[in-house]
Amino acid sequence: MATAESVVFEHVTKRYGVAEARREAAAGRLPAAVDDLSFEVPAGRICVLVGPSGCGKTTSLKMVNRLIEPTSGRILIGGEDVATRDVIALRRSIGYVIQQVGLFPHQTVGENVETVTRLLGWAPERRRARSDELLELVGLDPSRYATRYPSQLSGGERQRVGVARALAADPPVLLMDEPFGAVDPIVRERLQNELLHLQDQLAKTILFVTHDIDEAIKMGDLVAVMQAGGHLAQFAPPAEILANPASDFVARFVGADRGLKRLALTRVNELDLMAPVTASPGEDAAEARRRALADPFPWLLLVDAMRRPLGWVEEADIPTSGNLTEELASAMSPLLDRRTTLKDALARLIEAEVQAGVVTDARGAVIGLVTAEMIFDWSRRTAEEARASEGPTRETAS
Amino acid sequence: MIDWGWIADHVPAILGRAVQHLEFAAIALVVGFAISFGLALLSVRYRPAYPVVAGLAGILFTIPSLALYSSFVPVIGLSLLTVEIPLVLYTLVIYVRNIVAGFDSVPAEVLEAADGMGYTRMQRLRAVELPLAVPLMVAGLRVASVSTIGLVTISGILGSSFGGFGFFIFERPNFATEILVGAVGSIALALLADALFGVLQRRLTPWSRLNVELEMAKTGRSAAQATAAV
Ligand SMILES: Nc1ncnc2c1ncn2[C@@H]1O[C@H](COP(=O)(O)OP(=O)(O)OP(=O)(O)O)[C@@H](O)[C@H]1O
Ligand SMILES: [Mg+2]
Repeated sequence: MATAESVVFEHVTKRYGVAEARREAAAGRLPAAVDDLSFEVPAGRICVLVGPSGCGKTTSLKMVNRLIEPTSGRILIGGEDVATRDVIALRRSIGYVIQQVGLFPHQTVGENVETVTRLLGWAPERRRARSDELLELVGLDPSRYATRYPSQLSGGERQRVGVARALAADPPVLLMDEPFGAVDPIVRERLQNELLHLQDQLAKTILFVTHDIDEAIKMGDLVAVMQAGGHLAQFAPPAEILANPASDFVARFVGADRGLKRLALTRVNELDLMAPVTASPGEDAAEARRRALADPFPWLLLVDAMRRPLGWVEEADIPTSGNLTEELASAMSPLLDRRTTLKDALARLIEAEVQAGVVTDARGAVIGLVTAEMIFDWSRRTAEEARASEGPTRETAS
Repeated sequence: MIDWGWIADHVPAILGRAVQHLEFAAIALVVGFAISFGLALLSVRYRPAYPVVAGLAGILFTIPSLALYSSFVPVIGLSLLTVEIPLVLYTLVIYVRNIVAGFDSVPAEVLEAADGMGYTRMQRLRAVELPLAVPLMVAGLRVASVSTIGLVTISGILGSSFGGFGFFIFERPNFATEILVGAVGSIALALLADALFGVLQRRLTPWSRLNVELEMAKTGRSAAQATAAV
């Protein structure tokens, strides 16, 4: 497997214009499509370019595989300036998923996926094997799909084929221009999850373009927020963009609900969960009651032998003598898998009109409690921390 | 009214003229295609050339065929060229328009994908643009073949060594049977060519949506089933 390579933009500027407008451009009189873009994507990471329509995302992407040449500045892949490389060889070494998919209508799905390996002169059997492998990887059964034509596929299937085609020669760098733009939200979400899952195995360096901030936050290890005129407004991990937008533009772009969006980036097991007072049916009631009363949250959580929650016993309902029984359990909190996001956890608490949710592990055993208050505290604390550490990634809004 | 006896007596002559008719038409169609392909490629690569090329070819097309055939006689006398040059000239406008339209019909995103994946210019032309332009090229061939077959008929005015079926039309202006044989023969050839290229067009594009749907209708599955959502 080809190892991923870093992608670096160094003061990249692009001004479109016909030949004689070049002097104007040199004099800085033409508006730039991309203006002095600098950032670094470490090998194996997903960097999402996000911003309003026309802010230069596609232009930036196309300068990487030299479909467009920058007016000034340079782009390095694995430390090597792309301008010094043979353009055809360069493009064959970069996976490219274009906005409108662009499958070849006259070729079958299999032939489409074999495109780059064919150009690279692989033997037919090897190409075929690779194409089958990739179709399987993107969830399309090769025996059913390889001989179909693109016109026989749904939009979602086409986009999968587009991704498989881009991966054919195992390129270290992948460029994806709104790869899931043409499908409905449900299919998009599934494709996003599949790409993230794939990326766990592939660890490619991916430049991913979208104009959807939610997609950017979900997909990106790093997010480059771009602004009209091709300015880089902020380049940072998604959590930092949400917690600490570098300018009013970024704040407005990520939306008034950025607090909620941040909650969607963190999972309940990342919080310091509260430990509930637990006891199992059959245990001594008086002892359990004493422990419950000593706790700031004076409720008793009944659990079974596997520590799976059975229900809450209110302080007043805990018997003063005898043994605990399962029937004492009166209410149950929402059960939250440890991988539930804070946003979903909060929604579940509001829905159930309770203060605390029970967090469980993969086997359903209790690991702790999460309360709405803990979520608010987390949100406040992390936002303050982000503001306090105005890092080097922050771009000053000019 | 029809002199069946004359027809029965002239079967070899009629077949001979049919062959001549097809020969004249085929030569013009092939040569015309080759020239038009060059002109179309030029027009696609260098767009400002297109209006000029299409304009000139269009003007040629408006010259009445009788006039065009006769005008070459003083220059080159009577030879195969006297027929073929006008025939070729008439095909140009049909071909050039259709071939250019064929290249134009290749979706921009398909070209971008091809470039982005590292096709060279020639590879892209051969493996992507040409196959996708074929349907409209064959459509051009279809129209040009019908038009050319009709024009071969008119070349009968140049004398007895020309005209294909047209020979029968011009030989004896008062003999209805012979004229009818010439006319029906010409029309039959035109219809045949039209049908033939229609089939060819479908055969060459198994991938087009229309053909895919036809194929599925045949195998009894609805297109909707086959393109079911992911
Ligand atoms: N070939 C071109 N010639 C001249 N100007 C161009 C060209 N391509 C793009 N532009 C301009 O450059 C700017 C950036 O375009 P680009 O396609 O990179 O935007 P984008 O961020 O990808 O937008 P979208 O989200 O709509 O795809 C736009 O103002 C656009 O009009
Ligand atoms: Mg774009």
